[in-house]
Amino acid sequence: MSVLQVENLRFVYGTDTAFEKTALDDVSFTIESGEFIGIIGHTGSGKSTLVQLLNGLLRPTEGRVLLDGKDIWEHPKKIRQIRFKVGMVFQYPEYQLFEETVYKDIAFGPGNMGLKEDEIDQRVRQAAAFTGLREEQLSCSPFELSGGEKRRAAIAGVIAMDPDVLILDEPTAGLDPLGREALLAKIADYHKVRNNTVLLVSHSMEDIAKSTDRVLVMDHGKKVMLDRTDAVFSKGDELEKIGLRVPQITRIMWLLKEKGIPVDTSVLTVEKGFQEIVKILSSQ
Amino acid sequence: MKDFININHVYYQYDEDAASDQFALKGIDLTLGKGEFVAIVGHNGCGKSTLAKHLNSLYVPTTGDITVDGINTKDDDRLFEIRKKVGLVLQNPDNQIVAGIVEEDVAFGCENLGIPSDEIRSRVDAALKAVDMYAYRTHSPDKLSGGQKQRVAIAGIIAMEPECIVLDEPTAMLDPQGRDEVMTTIARLNRELGITIVLITHYMEEAVMADRVVVMDSGTILLTGTPAEVFPQVELLKQHRLDVPQATELIYQLRGAGYDLPQGVLNAGECADAIAGLIEKKRAGKV
Amino acid sequence: MVRDITLGQYMPGHSLIHQMDARMKTVLLLAYIVFIFLCKNFISLLIMALFSLLVIFMTKISFMKYLKSLRVIMVVILLTGVMNIFYGSGTVLWQWWELKITTGGLINAAFVVVRIAMLMMVSSVLTYTTSPTDLTDGLERLMKPLTIFHVKVHEIAMMMTIALRFIPVLLEETDKIMNAQKARGADMESGHLVKRVKALIPVLIPLFVSAFRRAGDLATAMECRCYNGGKNRTRMKVLHLSGKDSGAAAVCVLLFGSVIFSNLYFPAVI
Repeated sequence: MSVLQVENLRFVYGTDTAFEKTALDDVSFTIESGEFIGIIGHTGSGKSTLVQLLNGLLRPTEGRVLLDGKDIWEHPKKIRQIRFKVGMVFQYPEYQLFEETVYKDIAFGPGNMGLKEDEIDQRVRQAAAFTGLREEQLSCSPFELSGGEKRRAAIAGVIAMDPDVLILDEPTAGLDPLGREALLAKIADYHKVRNNTVLLVSHSMEDIAKSTDRVLVMDHGKKVMLDRTDAVFSKGDELEKIGLRVPQITRIMWLLKEKGIPVDTSVLTVEKGFQEIVKILSSQ
Repeated sequence: MKDFININHVYYQYDEDAASDQFALKGIDLTLGKGEFVAIVGHNGCGKSTLAKHLNSLYVPTTGDITVDGINTKDDDRLFEIRKKVGLVLQNPDNQIVAGIVEEDVAFGCENLGIPSDEIRSRVDAALKAVDMYAYRTHSPDKLSGGQKQRVAIAGIIAMEPECIVLDEPTAMLDPQGRDEVMTTIARLNRELGITIVLITHYMEEAVMADRVVVMDSGTILLTGTPAEVFPQVELLKQHRLDVPQATELIYQLRGAGYDLPQGVLNAGECADAIAGLIEKKRAGKV
Repeated sequence: MVRDITLGQYMPGHSLIHQMDARMKTVLLLAYIVFIFLCKNFISLLIMALFSLLVIFMTKISFMKYLKSLRVIMVVILLTGVMNIFYGSGTVLWQWWELKITTGGLINAAFVVVRIAMLMMVSSVLTYTTSPTDLTDGLERLMKPLTIFHVKVHEIAMMMTIALRFIPVLLEETDKIMNAQKARGADMESGHLVKRVKALIPVLIPLFVSAFRRAGDLATAMECRCYNGGKNRTRMKVLHLSGKDSGAAAVCVLLFGSVIFSNLYFPAVI
């Protein structure tokens, strides 16, 4: 069943001013419930505008965003309800922490939803567990946490709203490899357990390759591709044309193919690459 | 190569009253040569940024000594001499730009040093050209991309004509394009102007570009050597929760499975060449 | 959006006005402000208005930008204008209860609106054509005599430079934080005053935290670049008065003279 549907979406910043700029132009696609989608494109490709349109922070200039088949702007007064259903984690979300304790900060979203005390409590604890925060950290001030933990607390604040669709904009930016890996694993776990839809915006092709089912490629405000992850990365030359690159392992496969070795260029991880090359070597 | 910075058995404690085992640096010994490009890697909290801030005397060792071109960093009277020789570029490009116009920001350091106006002008122009930002000299920093801002910050250091630039995770907040811009600039400054570069990073594909890699873990130096010597030690690096380039890891796994491949492979091109070579050899052997 | 505000934004250029010394521009602006309030009749106001338009034209910056600078204070202009209509004496043109529109009121309103608009636009001439560094440098030098009263002139100027640099950065940050909190269901658009003020807390706290973090970083960066207060500091761009500045001063003296003359010669209407 489709959860998000985007129809001929267009968005123009600063309409009727000297600074008018089309950030998004005639974008249409459908996302099925339970999918893990990656969104890639370089800075200024329109991907940040797109995700803000999906949860009603921006209103389309033209076109519609449908959530469960209904236009999210059907009742503009009720747009907040949409933001609870389409949870959005911004870049460097740790900078939005403000409460006295981690617990209260995670509870901010559920509190705005008007939930009951015990329901909030349950959600806060669950969300904290999902992101790997320890029970005793809930009573700390968010400003006492380490950088990586702050980020987890901020993400927990959105997860606690139990959104049907979770959007993460560059969740691993600025983390070290260890933190990056751990956070991605948490997100993958969350996706598996809750079985809801996750949209991951990232510059890191390795991250996208590791976790997503399908990838949406954006360039100059337009949709370039939306296809299975391996299918997208096997089109390395097309990606490079718009200034994107493929994971190093995929690139190696690509180079081998250019040398006339019959390898599968849709390889996304080192493990797969290893198996592929062993297969070829042992067939010689 | 002439020695430029000598780090001699340095221990550093943030809070002097804290328990004696809470050292951020625990006995660092390291010598940096003039004109060298050194990358310092390690995960967050390993002490790499603390070490960086020691190199221009923002921090001084609790015990042990650091000398920059023969000057001890504890020598308060020669503080500006040290900072003139060793410039520091920080992670967030936005927070290190002082003035509202690119060229005026680049001039800031020179103005502080009391250099005559005409000379500042020529130094600023040269610095902006060196980072390829001359065309933007009259722009406001707000309108620039992250990579451009970071290059302006680097120009601000270059205008002071330092012998060494320390960069503390300069690309952590940038997109891939910005990262490329900054890395190309750094490599060029090292090659063409002979400036010593100390790059603190956790991106291994950046560390690969250096002459020497220093791996740090919990306040000590774990490993040092050329990239080709360091990265093939996949097992050790993984134990210390560090990444290796995918090319290096693939070769490592293939070697582990008994295939005869060279060890020091660092990038996609070398990796593909090595594997293709092996397949070629096997084919030839069979025929 | 918050970041649409053009706050003292410098627009590089090579016009005659751009080339003038920041100190001269500042002094002439101050004199201009005094004289725009000294205009007592339409002729002197017209002289000032025509002069202002001429200066704006000479900067070679699009007139739209100046209109944009007005947009920020449009409410103030309209409000004071409307209030002035009902305040004044003379022939009553229209009356309802205690409210009277008089000829005097209309004239007052016209003067107030033109004065504020001119004031804003000509002030923009200064900020649009003078780089922030030149501007603060100019102020630092103009205020130099104050150092004998132990006023920390250099520090004040440096604070202004940094403030001008970081205002846009913090505005953008405010925008981002507001969006992030809105995404968590924060309601900032509805409710009574107390509720709205309360709704700002989730925005203000992160903003302060971020401002302090930035300040810490900036202090480190300035230390790394050997900042040591104003001592022995040189400047890349040395302000110097040139023929252009003397010319501009002469023109302004003529202008102000003609304002005084028309005030004396023609009857005052206000």
